[in-house]
Amino acid sequence: MNPVARWLFAAALVASTAACVTINIYFPAAAAEKAADRIIDEVWQLREGAGSAPATPPAAGDAK
Amino acid sequence: MKSASMPSGSWAGRLAALFVGLALAFPVHAQGNLEIDTPAISALRKTMQQRHAQLAPLYASGAVGIAADGTVSLRDAAAVPLAQRAQANAAVAAENADRAALYREIARANGHPEWEAEVRRTFAQRWLERAQPGWWVQQGAAWSRK
Repeated sequence: MNPVARWLFAAALVASTAACVTINIYFPAAAAEKAADRIIDEVWQLREGAGSAPATPPAAGDAK
Repeated sequence: MKSASMPSGSWAGRLAALFVGLALAFPVHAQGNLEIDTPAISALRKTMQQRHAQLAPLYASGAVGIAADGTVSLRDAAAVPLAQRAQANAAVAAENADRAALYREIARANGHPEWEAEVRRTFAQRWLERAQPGWWVQQGAAWSRK
């Protein structure tokens, strides 16, 4: 390959490596909070219909 | 080899394809939901949900509290009748083992095992915030009743 193409290719490699590092250190805090809330709803059974149905039928309480 | 005879124009094409690929890959990584529906995570969610029936009265009595580090803690063993103390201890230990596995599995399922500590921190904060009135929660080192 000619020198210009080689240089461009090297630059692209460096750029993509830097991009990978950027992605790696990024923690999706909002998505993690959403995931946590979904699991907490299910484990503590805070919301009907969140995840699998509870083993015992929910008492049809007045949800006012 | 085929590529050796290619004109340099095809390198520009490859570069363009590389950049387009990167541009497409970025948003996919940067947003959206975390994966929490793998078989391992689903199994943990299910056992934790079932165990909650056993733990809920312990939270309510204050025997077990929601700790600041994303675990639960037997903070007042005296609140549990002696005959049930071993059982309560076992439930707390099993719950904490499942929680540790849950945080690890979520980080792994999303391709970033190194996120485990941050997943744990996020959960710790949400468990505390969503604890029900009357439950004991740990903030910093101090316990307080919600």
